[in-house]
Amino acid sequence: MSSVDTQNTATPIGKEDVKPVLEVKNLKMYFPITKGLLRRRVGEVKAVDDVSFNVYEGEVFGVVGESGCGKTTTGRCITRVLKPTAGEIIYHDKRGDRVNLSDLSRSELRPYRREIRMIFQDPFSSLNPRLPVVDLIGEVLKVNRIATDAEIKERVKKLLRQVGLRPEYLERYPHAFSGGERQRIGVARALASEPRLVVADEAVSALDVSIQAQTINLLQDLQEEFNLTYIFVAHDLSVVEHICDRIGVMYVGKMVETGTKEEVFERPKHPYTEALMAAVPKPDPRLRSRGQRVRLPGEVADPSNPPSGCYFHPRCRYAQEICRTKAPSLQEHEVTPGHYSACHFAEELELKGVRPGEASASA
Amino acid sequence: MSDKSEKKTPLAADPAAVTEETSGARAESAVGTDGNGNVQVESAAAAVIGDEYASLGQWALMWKKFRKHKLAMVGGVVTAIFYLIALFAEIIAPFPTATYNREYPYAPPQRIRLILRTDEGTSFAPHVLGLDSVVDPRSFQRTYTPNPEKVIPVRFFSHGQPYKMFGFIPGSLRLFAPAESGQPMYLLGADRLGRDLFSRIIYGTRVSMTIGLVGVFLSLFLGVLLGGISGFFGGAVDNIIQRIIEFLQSIPSIPLWMGLAAAIPQTVPPLQVYFLITVILSILGWTGLARVVRGKFFSLKTEDFVVAAELDGCSNLRTIMRHMVPSFMSHIIAVTTLAIPTMIIAETSLSFLGLGLRPPVVSWGVLLQQAQNIRAVSMAPWLLLPGIFVIIAVLGFNFLGDGLRDAADPYA
Repeated sequence: MSSVDTQNTATPIGKEDVKPVLEVKNLKMYFPITKGLLRRRVGEVKAVDDVSFNVYEGEVFGVVGESGCGKTTTGRCITRVLKPTAGEIIYHDKRGDRVNLSDLSRSELRPYRREIRMIFQDPFSSLNPRLPVVDLIGEVLKVNRIATDAEIKERVKKLLRQVGLRPEYLERYPHAFSGGERQRIGVARALASEPRLVVADEAVSALDVSIQAQTINLLQDLQEEFNLTYIFVAHDLSVVEHICDRIGVMYVGKMVETGTKEEVFERPKHPYTEALMAAVPKPDPRLRSRGQRVRLPGEVADPSNPPSGCYFHPRCRYAQEICRTKAPSLQEHEVTPGHYSACHFAEELELKGVRPGEASASA
Repeated sequence: MSDKSEKKTPLAADPAAVTEETSGARAESAVGTDGNGNVQVESAAAAVIGDEYASLGQWALMWKKFRKHKLAMVGGVVTAIFYLIALFAEIIAPFPTATYNREYPYAPPQRIRLILRTDEGTSFAPHVLGLDSVVDPRSFQRTYTPNPEKVIPVRFFSHGQPYKMFGFIPGSLRLFAPAESGQPMYLLGADRLGRDLFSRIIYGTRVSMTIGLVGVFLSLFLGVLLGGISGFFGGAVDNIIQRIIEFLQSIPSIPLWMGLAAAIPQTVPPLQVYFLITVILSILGWTGLARVVRGKFFSLKTEDFVVAAELDGCSNLRTIMRHMVPSFMSHIIAVTTLAIPTMIIAETSLSFLGLGLRPPVVSWGVLLQQAQNIRAVSMAPWLLLPGIFVIIAVLGFNFLGDGLRDAADPYA
């Protein structure tokens, strides 16, 4: 994997000519907690709470964070599996028109479903065991009347070849494939309608490491071939470092830091990111003794009952009085434009990152 | 590779793992060098499974699994035979249901003898022996003795008394019947009026086997509709439907059926009674099915592949019909098969109690009514034979349904 060229196109930040594909503004997704026979609303889980970020054309935007931080929910809001509670998801379509996906009805969404596609985490539950490969991949072409039955067959064959499967597997059922092969089918399904934006929701987490590498390389190759934009939801930082151009770090439903991969990895501006980086396993034993590990005390905050002020303050070793009372907003840094973080002391703190290659070496 | 395929080819499982590993490594290096982005991975899993198995759909897999269930196969054959009998009742039964003979009340079962020995020699000629009856002058009890002199020849595929099949196709062909029409033949004995029990059981099969089927289809329709609504929409609708189901299930079934059946006026023609009874049986029958369907909808709604179908742009109807229903259709079939015997039993009990079907309609339950009288049973125990048919049919259905249920999810 390290032999693969990881130098992606220059980061889009600061460049005038790079257009956003997606603008997420103040996205909120609250799940009600109901109780009793009458489903009385007794509270809500703030799975995604006021998240904003942009995704630019041709880039890979990584969303990282620990389990339950809302990264999958964010992805599912963008693909509109879920209807967000509030906020805007502005998609720039091929002609450059801006559409707010968050209020569209099911039927209004249909044309955009072809352009924004999703790759699922679990290659077993995401493929209907009762349909052969040609129907699984071709369904989007069929329901949107993009191609006739004969054309669908040809296109599915081509897609299978592109994802590295034999075109003869057309009539096979998912049970005849291994996990990695199934995920390739999932990738082919996502690409069938020639999308512009692909949300990969933990697309490689369920695969074993050698297959992960194959799949990531495949995704990168396909990105170049089709000029795709990815939103890559993951918890594995080594994978994220390998594939992403820019990264957003989430903690308890909030985006705490966004920036280019290099900035976030090497010069984190939020204590949570620092802790996350410190947790990246170092494959070289000689590196282990260097640098102390940042251990986070306590538990992840409960999104139905978050702490006051900054959600991270009970676990933060730099926390001061202001952190307990006032919630920080996501602010751009003066020194490094395009690098945002939500910390009161972002400018003052000297936080430790990871040096390039240290994380990806484990992949 | 799925567990299934490994089970199927236990010997090949080990080499397969090795192949997969090596092919994985090879593909990785290929990715690094191949500029086209076309990764060629040898499919280890597919190679092991073989083409034939890999492209089998769910029904083919189910059939493979079902065939291994011997008892279910037997159940299936028995059920099929019963439905064939129901379909061709007119041909199989030697006599129409109403044919009676006052000379032979409670005549005992006769045996078909194939070989006829006469003075001229021995020949193959199926026949039954005529019965001589003697009435005890004191008790008026009739005793029958077969008379070897009275030979009643039986002919196969002969033309007996004319009938109208299903009420409209005229015919007179019978599988077997006495050569001369009007001569008595009681393979399973006769009832109080000297009617042939065998013929009546055959005709009863038609009513009893179809009442279960019709009733279950009505239940199925209601169950899938209401269960589907309940499961798909959830929320308040689901709450209301589920409470109704709980209420219906809390009513004791036999008294409810009896009450409803008693409410059918005596003047209603028998055919309408038949349909009303199926409706009565379905009133409670749909609840179980609705629960199963609702549960399936709930579990499938959040499955990734259903979400994927929605993202593909499928309409609600297409998502349900193409992506969800096939996943639980097999379960529904199994549950339905297991529900039919309950219907048959219910019809039999109602008719036995005199609240279901009434003569002249013939069903197993109606026939068993005659066995209510202990004296009749002690004199003519063959009147209990319809009960044996009920048992065989119900067991057949249960074994069949059991096998279907086991085979229903070939991916489990």
